[in-house]
Amino acid sequence: MSEIDSQRRQFLKTSAGAAAIAIAPGMMLFQTARGDTQAASSKVRWGMLIDTAQCKEGCNDCVNACNRENGLSGKTGPTDSQWIRKIEIKDVSSGRELSLPMMCQHCEHPPCVDVCPTNASFKRADGIVLVDRHRCIGCRYCMMACPYKARSFVHEPLQDQNPDVPRGKGTVEACSLCVHRIDKGQIPACAEACQNKAILFGDLNDANSEIAKKIRSVASVQIRADLQLNTGVRYQGL
Amino acid sequence: MKLLASLLLCLCIPAVWAAEANAPKLDIGKGGQCVKDTQWMRKNHMHLLRHQRDEAVRKGKRSEQDSLKNCVECHASLKDDSVIAREDSFCAGCHRYAAVKTDCFECHASKRKPALAKKDVK
Repeated sequence: MSEIDSQRRQFLKTSAGAAAIAIAPGMMLFQTARGDTQAASSKVRWGMLIDTAQCKEGCNDCVNACNRENGLSGKTGPTDSQWIRKIEIKDVSSGRELSLPMMCQHCEHPPCVDVCPTNASFKRADGIVLVDRHRCIGCRYCMMACPYKARSFVHEPLQDQNPDVPRGKGTVEACSLCVHRIDKGQIPACAEACQNKAILFGDLNDANSEIAKKIRSVASVQIRADLQLNTGVRYQGL
Repeated sequence: MKLLASLLLCLCIPAVWAAEANAPKLDIGKGGQCVKDTQWMRKNHMHLLRHQRDEAVRKGKRSEQDSLKNCVECHASLKDDSVIAREDSFCAGCHRYAAVKTDCFECHASKRKPALAKKDVK
């Protein structure tokens, strides 16, 4: 290599380094000043494991916590929003009774997203299925497509919403896995409120997470697994 | 030429003055500047809000500074904790003057959080 070549190479290296040193703190400061936070990561898949053996009949703690957190009225009429319901099931032949919470199952292949004509229904990178109410036109196709009856339509004007949970007339809504809490590093309100720890929340993709370990070690099912939606909410002892 | 310029100036000053005099007097709450200067924000706040809403809802990038919640937190009136309740409320006052309808607060809370919390306790 000629001397000129190596000098040139040295010069380029130094100037690139100097430029990086000059620019990097500016970029860092800019990002900090803007308060930019991490976007939802596709490496994560949020999910829940519900232990039906621990879920007590007549206990409504998860439903109440959800209503409080998201500002729902708590009424159960046909035009009231219900993001999570307690259901009681009974096997007719054996007489075995079970009680379990039912909500949006946060499918990997959500039918609600498939049918949405405006792209308002969407799945976030971390597997949470949400409604972008800015785009929702209230057509309710998603409510018809959902096999779990998980979505509700807001029929009446609302006031005094929780600042973290905007909700409004003319749009469809459902369990958001308390996305505003997850983004703050908290767990969903229902999982936190359950006294029997029947709702286990965590990252299904992280092999070391409590939920992934438990799913590996105990038998769990997805409701309507025949539809192959690969739900994020799993049930144990069903 | 000089005459023309001075005439133009004489005409312009009262026009600017009149516009200022008619502008709505807003209850700016706690106020302060955390994003950009007042003039810039008057002109461009809607672009920031629209950009932030898509980033936050669809990607989960929640920038505290540009969020509508954060705007309300500082700019809600200290009297009634709201940005739309009265004629001179921070959002409603200007939007009424400019005849631009906002539909943000059909879904988003128009009151700051501590006010809502207090109401729940009662």
